[in-house]
Amino acid sequence: MKRVFAYLKPYRWQCVLAPLFKLLEAGFELIVPLVVAAIIDTGIENKDPVYVVKMCGILLLLAAVGFGAAVFAQYFASVAAVGFGAGVRRALFAKIQSLSYRELDSLGTATMMTRLTSDVNQAQTGVNLTLRLLMRSPFVVFGALIMAATIDGKLSLIFAAVIVLLFAVIYLIMFRTVPLYRKSQEKLDRVLGLTRENLTGARVIRAFCREEEERELFDDANNTLTRSQTYVGRISALTTPLTGVLINIATLLLIYTGAIRVDAGSLTQGQVVALVNYMAQILVELVKLANLIVTVTKSVASGKRIGGVLAMESSLAVPAVSAAPDAMAPAIEMRGVSFTYAGAAAPALSDLNFSLAPGATLGIIGGTGSGKTTLVDLIPRFYDATEGEVRVCGVPVKDYDLDTLRSMIGVVPQRALLFAGTIRENLLWGNPGATDEDLIAALHTAQALDVVESKALGLDEPVEAGGKNFSGGQRQRLTIARALVARPSILILDDSASALDYATDARLRHALREDLAGMTVVVVSQRASSVRHADLILVLDDGKVVGMGTHDKLRATCPVYEEICASQERGQGA
Amino acid sequence: MKTGKQVKTQNTRAALRALAPYLKRHIPSFCLTLFFALLSVALTLAIPVLTGLAIDSILGVGEVDFRRILILLGIAGGAVGLNAVCQWLLGICNNKIAFEIVRDLRHDAMENIRRLPLSYLDAHPTGEIVSRVIADADTVADGLLLGFTQLWSGVLTILGTLGILIYLSPWIALAVVCLTPLSLFVARLIAGRTYSMFKLQSETRGEQTALIDEMVGGQRVVQAFRHETASQEKFDEVNERLRRHSLRATFYSSLTNPSTRAINNLVYAAVALLGALLIIFPDSGLSVGAAFSVGTLYTCLSYANQYTKPFNEISGVVTELQNAFACAVRIDALIREPSETPPPADAAVLTEAKGEVTFSHVAFSYVPERPLMRDVSLTAAPGKKIAIVGPTGCGKTTLINLIMRFYDVTGGAVSVDGIDIRDMTRESLRRNIGMVLQDTWIRHASVRDNICLGRPDATEEEMIAAARAAYVNGFVSRLPNGYDTILSEGGEELSQGQRQLISIARVMLMHPSILILDEATSSIDTRTERKIQDAFDCLMEGRTSFIVAHRLSTIEGADLILVMRAGDVIESGTHKELLAKGGFYANLYNSQFEA
Repeated sequence: MKRVFAYLKPYRWQCVLAPLFKLLEAGFELIVPLVVAAIIDTGIENKDPVYVVKMCGILLLLAAVGFGAAVFAQYFASVAAVGFGAGVRRALFAKIQSLSYRELDSLGTATMMTRLTSDVNQAQTGVNLTLRLLMRSPFVVFGALIMAATIDGKLSLIFAAVIVLLFAVIYLIMFRTVPLYRKSQEKLDRVLGLTRENLTGARVIRAFCREEEERELFDDANNTLTRSQTYVGRISALTTPLTGVLINIATLLLIYTGAIRVDAGSLTQGQVVALVNYMAQILVELVKLANLIVTVTKSVASGKRIGGVLAMESSLAVPAVSAAPDAMAPAIEMRGVSFTYAGAAAPALSDLNFSLAPGATLGIIGGTGSGKTTLVDLIPRFYDATEGEVRVCGVPVKDYDLDTLRSMIGVVPQRALLFAGTIRENLLWGNPGATDEDLIAALHTAQALDVVESKALGLDEPVEAGGKNFSGGQRQRLTIARALVARPSILILDDSASALDYATDARLRHALREDLAGMTVVVVSQRASSVRHADLILVLDDGKVVGMGTHDKLRATCPVYEEICASQERGQGA
Repeated sequence: MKTGKQVKTQNTRAALRALAPYLKRHIPSFCLTLFFALLSVALTLAIPVLTGLAIDSILGVGEVDFRRILILLGIAGGAVGLNAVCQWLLGICNNKIAFEIVRDLRHDAMENIRRLPLSYLDAHPTGEIVSRVIADADTVADGLLLGFTQLWSGVLTILGTLGILIYLSPWIALAVVCLTPLSLFVARLIAGRTYSMFKLQSETRGEQTALIDEMVGGQRVVQAFRHETASQEKFDEVNERLRRHSLRATFYSSLTNPSTRAINNLVYAAVALLGALLIIFPDSGLSVGAAFSVGTLYTCLSYANQYTKPFNEISGVVTELQNAFACAVRIDALIREPSETPPPADAAVLTEAKGEVTFSHVAFSYVPERPLMRDVSLTAAPGKKIAIVGPTGCGKTTLINLIMRFYDVTGGAVSVDGIDIRDMTRESLRRNIGMVLQDTWIRHASVRDNICLGRPDATEEEMIAAARAAYVNGFVSRLPNGYDTILSEGGEELSQGQRQLISIARVMLMHPSILILDEATSSIDTRTERKIQDAFDCLMEGRTSFIVAHRLSTIEGADLILVMRAGDVIESGTHKELLAKGGFYANLYNSQFEA
């Protein structure tokens, strides 16, 4: 929480001034019943119209000054809360960008999204309301009590009792309804989930003739939700009548005891009216206070969650001074490398040993879940190996700073992801200084020139978020071009041609070999044809290397490789 | 050009028409609500009058009429108690109506969704329909019903207050009426300002959320390309704009309460002045009716204190009602969306199909302007394996949509066992077909329930046998609770390949006469795929199957290969025949072995 509160610091003046002006406004409000009492007891009693006009002038003045104070208070509170929200959001975003893949895995995209959006908004609302009301409401409630006490000490006991009772009623109702509301929310989530499933699964549901069962499931969830909502609604509908009864009964009691004291001469009629007015002020503020407590509790929970993310640190230790790569040393080398994902029982990779000469091509092949992507993720140090050492250009990856290391490596990830903007903006990601000729050359090699040429605006064609306006194959080729624009010394293609048809795939591999002589290339694939020409092929099965060598050698010696090839070449001899 | 006002009235009328049947079911409760609201308003307004009269009996030392006070306070106490009961019952009635109408709206919407043609579901984003069923329904309930009662109570309160004020003192009533436009004006001014500021804020917030979604979702790529600084700059720019817009929105909206209080205080001061003067000069000729006293002044002052409240509520309610109407119209559109053509009265019921599928001169298009299939004819003999190949968008999936009758042909006919599929019930047709699609669908339920989707009555042994045949058993045994592990919606915890295996197990559990595999093994590695293929071959012994795949190795053994291009079948024959022909298929096939 401390980390989160730190973002209020630039607004410390506003944080002091907002409640101060609020108190000023509340203070003026508390004077009003006294003025009215004076009008009744002095002005009316003495039949003094000048006095009455003067007092009403004071009422107007109080209203005007109170309004002025409130405007200032609201302004300061808004500035502080909104500024705080913006600061926290910025810090969170920067923090997320600094985390390594390991922390990103443990957080998950959905969580990070909620932290950055609804949690920050909730915290911001909390700050705003706290500054405005947390001082004001108790001040009015207890102020009214004290004012009542100055008028008549004994009668103020009724005030004290009613405040305690109101608190108790509100607390009990909230205590009962808050968990029930949470449950209703869960039931609503279930209805929402079923609605979405009925839409996303429309084909499957109809194909399997599941309509009747789906109707029952949905109606059931829908009815449960309605019952739960009605139940909690019935309890929370008690709030207004119960608090109303308490205040009104207290008012009646006040009038009766007030009458006794007026009769005895210790109180005036005007003072009774003043006491009744104070009672009315209490109710309004107590209801506000109850709502405020709910909001603040939620905001504190959000603040804690945000604090949790801000407290995270990247698990990758980076040296103060980066080592320099050695162009003559092996481009990629792994020595006894094992890797286990956080929280996983079994290692995803175990005991890898290999070395790849600069300019050579490495092929990695294996079934679904065999560890291919994990292996290539270790090269740009997206993860640190749990055991053993990964070297790039002769230097352990831990001795580079991340910028130096990653600028040497171009990655084409499995999921071809483009970002909103234009084609040009996307291509410039790896190298903001590239010229249009560089871009065209990269597109040419990536077999993506026709994609750009088919678009009316060429390089300036807009790209929607995620690249939705391009087909899977077009996206893959554009992401390859994006990596090539950076002119990396090592290029990693992680199953980057899976959406391409065989003919385009073949042309792509040909172009990569022709245009990128001297570049070290790592090709991950499920297709034997994609890796067969590699200088070194690693065959992975369940995180272990079960074969290493060239295509011809592996076909003869590695049964898994042989099986993969056979399953893809069946019928070639037919 | 329609003016904004006309559109609004139209909306209102359309919304009321849409909601009428739902409201009708609740007419008794609705009348009760109106009655309780009326009673509650009357009692609420009566209490200050009674208290005021009591205060008039407290004049000074020795001038206190205790008997009268006790009677008045007794009546007031009764009113307070009755009012509380009324308010509670009002709340309960409101809840009941609101929640039950939402329930019925959701029910009807879902009923229709299940009957809607797939063309509608394909053309509308899931999120949009979900938001109609969930969020819009909520808005209707909140806005409409709370809106109606608040509007009703608000109007009653204003009229009641003015009525009593006129009775007590026409002059004070006149002063209050003169100040009323001011409170209306301020309420409108702030509501209007706040609305436009909030709109700006939510637009900017939407922009920022899209950016966050993109950058956080693609954080790995961002880091791989060392794009952190650039994306932070972009974020900061939007964040700063959001800060400015939020500041204005927050500030304006937070002015509502102080302004209301200020107007209230103004009315209060005016009432106090007039009231006090009326008491001081009782014979000025200004007082009409009952004599003005301190108690009357008290009553007037407590009204003044609450006077602006109903105005604020009404101006809030109007916006909410407009929202609710807009949402009601949207849900209603979904509920009334025409559903699939119902089967003819004498529709055939296909029991154990032989599995002969025929297309005769089929024409089809998703959009009338762009015909996809012009004239496709083909026959799949029972028990044959038909493979369909061709580039993306050539109509492979369309062919399957037509066999399953997800879409109806626009010309010609599709028939199974010689019967036009439009002349049989959809259910009996689909019960005879097992289908596995590339886009897998995993629901929020256990692995077991997911596998048994098509046959909830399957025994444990049958389920396990199907799971083994589809190679599901292996990875399921590594899940924390085996077959009882609850999968999330969409099955995010599984790989795409594993999800495909579960979809295959579903079909393995059924014994359909016709099997359709649409890229069903595209994400499964070739070794596993080959083994599954053997299981399929076993399952399909003597049954008709249609296979779409871009991995040509999976279709070489087919009895008939259809090569499609731009909606037409351009080549057909066995693998050998097509290779020998040296056409489109041969080209496609050979390219996969080029290095």
